[in-house]
Amino acid sequence: MDMRPDPLIMMTTQAQAPTTTPTKVAAKNVNVYYGAKHALKDVSVDIPEKSVTAFIGPSGCGKSTFLRCINRMNDTVASCRVEGLIQIDGKDIYDPALDPVQLRARVGMVFQKPNPFPKSIYDNVAYGPRIHGLSKSKVELDQIVESSLRKASLWEEVKDRLNDSGTGLSGGQQQRLCIARTIAINPEIILMDEPCSALDPIATARIEELMEELRHNFTMIIVTHSMQQAARVSQRTAFFHLGILVETGSTSDIFTNPTDKRTQDYITGRFG
Amino acid sequence: MTDITAGGVSPPIRRVEFETAESKARLRRRYRSEARFKAYGIAALVVAAAFLFALLSSIVMRGIPGFFQHYLVADVLVDAAKIDPEGKGDAATLRAGDYTAVARAALAEAIPGVEGRQLKRELNGLLSSGAGDALREMVVADPSLVGQRVKAPLLLADEADVFLKTSGTKIRVISDTRGIATPSATTGEISILVGANDFADDVALVKAELKALADSIDETIARRKARGATVESLADLEREATELRRRHAAAATSERLDAKTASRLVAINGGLVKVKEMTPTLVKGEVIIPLKSTADAAPGTWEIRVYETPESNRNLNDRGLAFLEELKAKGLVESQFNFAFFTRGDSREAELAGIQGALVGSILTLLVTIGLCLPIGVLAAIYLEEFAPKNRITELIEININNLAAVPSIVFGLLGLAVFLNFFGMPRSAPLVGGLVLALLVLPTIIIASRAALKSVPPSIREAALGVGASKQQAVFHHVLPLAMPGIMTGTIIGMAHALGETAPLLMIGMIAFIVDVPSSLTQAATVLPVQIFLWSDLPEPAFKMKTAAAIIVLLAVLFLMNGLAIWLRKKFERRW
Ligand SMILES: Nc1ncnc2c1ncn2[C@@H]1O[C@H](COP(=O)(O)OP(=O)(O)OP(=O)(O)O)[C@@H](O)[C@H]1O
Ligand SMILES: [Mg+2]
Repeated sequence: MDMRPDPLIMMTTQAQAPTTTPTKVAAKNVNVYYGAKHALKDVSVDIPEKSVTAFIGPSGCGKSTFLRCINRMNDTVASCRVEGLIQIDGKDIYDPALDPVQLRARVGMVFQKPNPFPKSIYDNVAYGPRIHGLSKSKVELDQIVESSLRKASLWEEVKDRLNDSGTGLSGGQQQRLCIARTIAINPEIILMDEPCSALDPIATARIEELMEELRHNFTMIIVTHSMQQAARVSQRTAFFHLGILVETGSTSDIFTNPTDKRTQDYITGRFG
Repeated sequence: MTDITAGGVSPPIRRVEFETAESKARLRRRYRSEARFKAYGIAALVVAAAFLFALLSSIVMRGIPGFFQHYLVADVLVDAAKIDPEGKGDAATLRAGDYTAVARAALAEAIPGVEGRQLKRELNGLLSSGAGDALREMVVADPSLVGQRVKAPLLLADEADVFLKTSGTKIRVISDTRGIATPSATTGEISILVGANDFADDVALVKAELKALADSIDETIARRKARGATVESLADLEREATELRRRHAAAATSERLDAKTASRLVAINGGLVKVKEMTPTLVKGEVIIPLKSTADAAPGTWEIRVYETPESNRNLNDRGLAFLEELKAKGLVESQFNFAFFTRGDSREAELAGIQGALVGSILTLLVTIGLCLPIGVLAAIYLEEFAPKNRITELIEININNLAAVPSIVFGLLGLAVFLNFFGMPRSAPLVGGLVLALLVLPTIIIASRAALKSVPPSIREAALGVGASKQQAVFHHVLPLAMPGIMTGTIIGMAHALGETAPLLMIGMIAFIVDVPSSLTQAATVLPVQIFLWSDLPEPAFKMKTAAAIIVLLAVLFLMNGLAIWLRKKFERRW
């Protein structure tokens, strides 16, 4: 086992996001229904650019639902209905003229369970660039694959077996492969839904390091059940409860000085 | 949220006991029931395996002889006068030559001196009408054989072939003859005078046989009477029994032999005589193979041969049998693997009938079926599974697809008859129509199997693809379909195997005709393997019974092969995720 910097120590060294960061994603009065079930109620939030925003809250409160609204993944759920306004860079993403498939190329997503394609490691990463025509030649594609794997800090481990199946990697490696796959298409926003819930502490630490590096180039939103993780990696935190966005603010404020009683109860472990 | 308090009355706390008599009894009961269940399972397996083994071994035992054929392998003079009298030497002339005549000449050479039209016909009847076919191929391939002598296999007729395969009768040879035998002539109807009463035992035997025969007829009469048959309908039998009894009772020492009792032949002076009437010291009969001379034959140099099965219970009569035995004794009869079984179409002559026509018909039919089913079935499955909105209409479609899979196949045949033949006027008996009907039949199976295969692909793969900005169609065709392919292929192959074994719907569209030619196009009349089996199984000739079993073996082999392929595909492309 190699030694790594303690994530908690790392967190203390990281710069807090300046308050002047422009807004990347803006949600206004978002309501989501699954059939008759009202899953999200009047959620309004601004998410700043090039920073990590953490969504926390008890199970079933609608974190994943809201996350999936941002890349319109909820379109694939037949019973799901989204009301309200969600803007990216000031443009409504639910505008009928906007193509959700193109939107998803701009808003990448990493899922809770690592889900590499049952293809080679190379093909996993190259798939996005291929279908979006991001490379003009094989050489360029090779470069994209290498740099994505490097950014996901997976390159050193897999550079000799790019043709092996992606499903043959360990859980943590698979998750980093999924991150590499996502950043290979250079999305502006990366959504991560509990990306570390299936991983051991060491793999988790590596992913967290990665988020820290990636936030300089990408806007990241992560859902997590780990309060410590939220505190370590995020600059801003939003607390959801029973479909309501209870409180949002800078991570340090939320954790040290929550304004709402429910937030306080949750982060002190009184319920959840 | 965590305030789960136990409300109401709390039940008494009981733990699982190990030591009480009750718990021990329960445990024993459980063990007993488990053992019983296991025993039932094993018993069921054993019974199933036994049935399967019995079925397969019976088919194989019956079918194996069908793959072999007896030939007369003789030195054949390829007579130029019969094949190429004008000496042209071109392939067309050589092909048109009269090879049957050549084959018959070879046979006449093998058993020389046979006289009389009747006898000659019997002798030639041993050869198949296609006896010269192999020779024809040899000569066409090598024209220099004309005028030469070659060793060629001449196909025997099915009666002779079956007789050899089943060893059709027991032949008892009495060679320790005691008297000097003197034949009256070398051909035609002759009598043989014997110095001792060599035939006394045989006369007694024939009498015993007559009595046994009469008894068995009496039994038949009694049985029929019991079942309420009228007296008039039994009159013939009664008369026959009475006649047999009269012959049995008659003190006369002369006995006429007929087709109802065992046949007796006398082999003497290199010839063979079929006995028609005998007394203990004198037999009268008909020469089958001419004698070399009328000289006296010393005791022990001549013999009596008894064909135990009466002539009327055999497919091969005494003369044919005598000739065949003679050929066998000369070492000219050989059993060879019947390659022609796979290269010929159907025929009325069992020894010439092959399954190529049916095989090709099956292949053409299945090509049409798979050509239609695979794209339509898979695309329909993809649409229904991945794209179709979930509403009343798609639900209705889904239910009906499942219903269609359960519709009896004959109904699809009727549909094919009504729609393809009567409405669209397509040709009868054609593989095209057969393929269309079978496509209708297996389409639901393929759709259901494909949907199951698509459903088994984990949704995380779809999400992964959509997550990197693939469209739904890209997600399906790049990721889901390749993963579902082994399952789809398995379902398709099983569906095809189902189609291959299907008979009923094809009967409705006329694929049951007797078709000699191997079909070469989709619109030519054809038949398919299972229908061919059905047709052959209906024919009375024992040779066709063997062919039926052989064709079943071929069909089963193809089916096993297809299922093996399905399993192999599944194993090879099985994915972990
Ligand atoms: N596809 C769906 N159909 C119907 N209801 C759904 C669906 N997905 C989620 N829900 C409901 O919406 C609510 C919010 O679900 P969501 O998955 O967003 O919760 P979550 O905050 O992500 O929970 P967790 O932390 O357990 O992942 C839940 O009550 C859930 O039952
Ligand atoms: Mg969730």
